[in-house]
Amino acid sequence: MSILVLAEHHDGALAVATAHVVAAAQAIGGDIHVLVAGENVGAIAEAAAKLDGVAKVLVADNAAYAHLLAEPTAALLSELAGDYGHLLAAASTNGKNVLPRVAALKDVAQISEIIAVESPDTFKRPIYAGNAIATVQSEDTLKVITVRSTGFDAVGEGGSATIEAVNFVADNTQSTFIKEELAKSDRPELAAAKVVVSGGRGMGNGENFKLLDGIADKLGAAIGASRAAVDAGFVPNDMQVGQTGKIVAPELYIAVGISGAIQHLAGMKDSKVIVAINKDEEAPIFQVADYGLVADLFQVLPELEQKL
Amino acid sequence: MKVLVAVKRVTDYNVKIRVKPDNTDVDLTNVKMAMNPFCEIAVEEAVRLKERGVATEIVAVTIGPKAAQEQLRTALALGADRAIHVQTDDRVESLGAAKALAKLVEEEQPGLVILGKQAIDTDNNQTGQMLAALSGLPQGTFASEVVVEGDKLKVTREVDGGMQIIELSLPAIVTSDLRLNEPRYAKLPDIMKAKKKPLDVKTPEDLGIEVASKVKLLKVEPPAERQGGVKVGSVDELIDKLKNEAKVL
Ligand SMILES: Cc1cc2nc3c(=O)[nH]c(=O)nc-3n(C[C@H](O)[C@H](O)[C@H](O)COP(=O)(O)OP(=O)(O)OC[C@H]3O[C@@H](n4cnc5c(N)ncnc54)[C@H](O)[C@@H]3O)c2cc1C
Ligand SMILES: Nc1ncnc2c1ncn2[C@@H]1O[C@H](COP(=O)(O)O)[C@@H](O)[C@H]1O
Repeated sequence: MSILVLAEHHDGALAVATAHVVAAAQAIGGDIHVLVAGENVGAIAEAAAKLDGVAKVLVADNAAYAHLLAEPTAALLSELAGDYGHLLAAASTNGKNVLPRVAALKDVAQISEIIAVESPDTFKRPIYAGNAIATVQSEDTLKVITVRSTGFDAVGEGGSATIEAVNFVADNTQSTFIKEELAKSDRPELAAAKVVVSGGRGMGNGENFKLLDGIADKLGAAIGASRAAVDAGFVPNDMQVGQTGKIVAPELYIAVGISGAIQHLAGMKDSKVIVAINKDEEAPIFQVADYGLVADLFQVLPELEQKL
Repeated sequence: MKVLVAVKRVTDYNVKIRVKPDNTDVDLTNVKMAMNPFCEIAVEEAVRLKERGVATEIVAVTIGPKAAQEQLRTALALGADRAIHVQTDDRVESLGAAKALAKLVEEEQPGLVILGKQAIDTDNNQTGQMLAALSGLPQGTFASEVVVEGDKLKVTREVDGGMQIIELSLPAIVTSDLRLNEPRYAKLPDIMKAKKKPLDVKTPEDLGIEVASKVKLLKVEPPAERQGGVKVGSVDELIDKLKNEAKVL
């Protein structure tokens, strides 16, 4: 059976998450098709056609799919699903918004955030904030799955898939896009960054997050945050790392003024090397940190920036 | 406008869950249970809509074992007017819950249904989206603000890059994100009063549906444990270790 991957894209570019999802599709095995839905997505489709392992790219280029609103996008996927054994998408806010809706339209379960493929019908996924790993088996003829990027290494870009237009246009009178307020940043995307520097409530206020900027600049890092820092209004919501925020697994994660609640650990404990800077030597973050520095962040951050 | 709120009984968010030695599931013996935190936010939003005169009646719903009535009583204490318990001992996951909720949406005809974005036990993040599909209604997931404007609903959503604002026709399905509101605590007199509020019990058979999950749970294992590392005494030592030991700089 073939596998259909819903492409993730932002700002007119294919998101790297798609290459991770294609890797999961390869682990399942079968012909891999990628669906690029959106408006003016020709360039994105061409980028998707270059992904290793992709046989065909389907392009649904229509105003109906602009901003990938759930109602039309799910209708489109549901329309195409008949030809496939698996539907996959990134466990991004888009994938999480759309895929369960498709699954219900098809009267099948959805399997969220898989981190490993055991066989075409059996997958591993974290539950309880990552405190347990479940192996689950689906007997549905159509398997609808979101993929956690950190579980699969991205495929390369040596492919040359055929590109085919999809003419189905879903009509949608129920939802309208009004606007988007997206954070503009020159830093790498949180989920894709090799180094992440995150601040917590200990940062004290939003202004103090600037102390992380210089360090992030020197390391080419993305900046993340704990829920407490977001709730307190120090930084925007899209920076939250954790069970209910973004899941990251960079080469290096530096947690500054973060206590290490299980919900935060759920989002970063698969990082290769973890550094914690916290003035409380009992903070649970030290239990997962490879290198812990018990210190006042206001003293050590300027020094760290200078010496890096 | 009638508002339906879905609440799930889950392990308390402070509990560090352990896996059973035979790897069949997590061990919930003597573990503290509570209302899913995102459901608390959903209930709070419904209560605020009622306080603002937008909602006229709040109906809290749960699908689960007998004990889940505790969470319905909590919802009633927080301000729900009545509750419906779809009682089952089956292992219910999102699709089953959504099917039960869809039947109740058909019966109750609410103007708005509010759910949590995610249950913190299965971490599924599916039920609201599935309910929307089954009921043929629009969805506003991961909401950090909802405003009823006539027969429309304006929803601000927390998305990967920031915020997205969409407008939905009513009736609609909303799932709450963390920043939608800060839930209140139930006051003792309200907890007493909640005991007298109506709580209907139904079974999945009454609704003509099956709720047991068809996804088999083959095995549950603890995650790979991280070895705690070392404490370093200075910034110099930290940089040295990162360069020469971890080789990440
Ligand atoms: C349903 C639910 C979902 C959640 N999802 C998430 C999630 O996705 N991500 C997440 O992060 N959290 C999440 N949480 C919240 C989580 O439980 C914690 O409350 C949160 O992670 C705490 O953030 P924090 O570590 O920044 O704050 P705190 O726990 O307050 O810790 C602050 C730390 O800073 C240190 N500090 C203070 N001043 C200094 C200084 N000058 N120098 C050095 N150190 C200092 C303190 O010693 C302390 O350890 C969730 C909670 C719930 C209920
Ligand atoms: N068994 C259930 N009973 C009532 N509500 C539920 C149930 N399961 C899920 N929900 C609702 O759906 C939300 C998201 O759950 P899920 O999609 O399963 O992660 C929860 O916060 C609840 O509002």
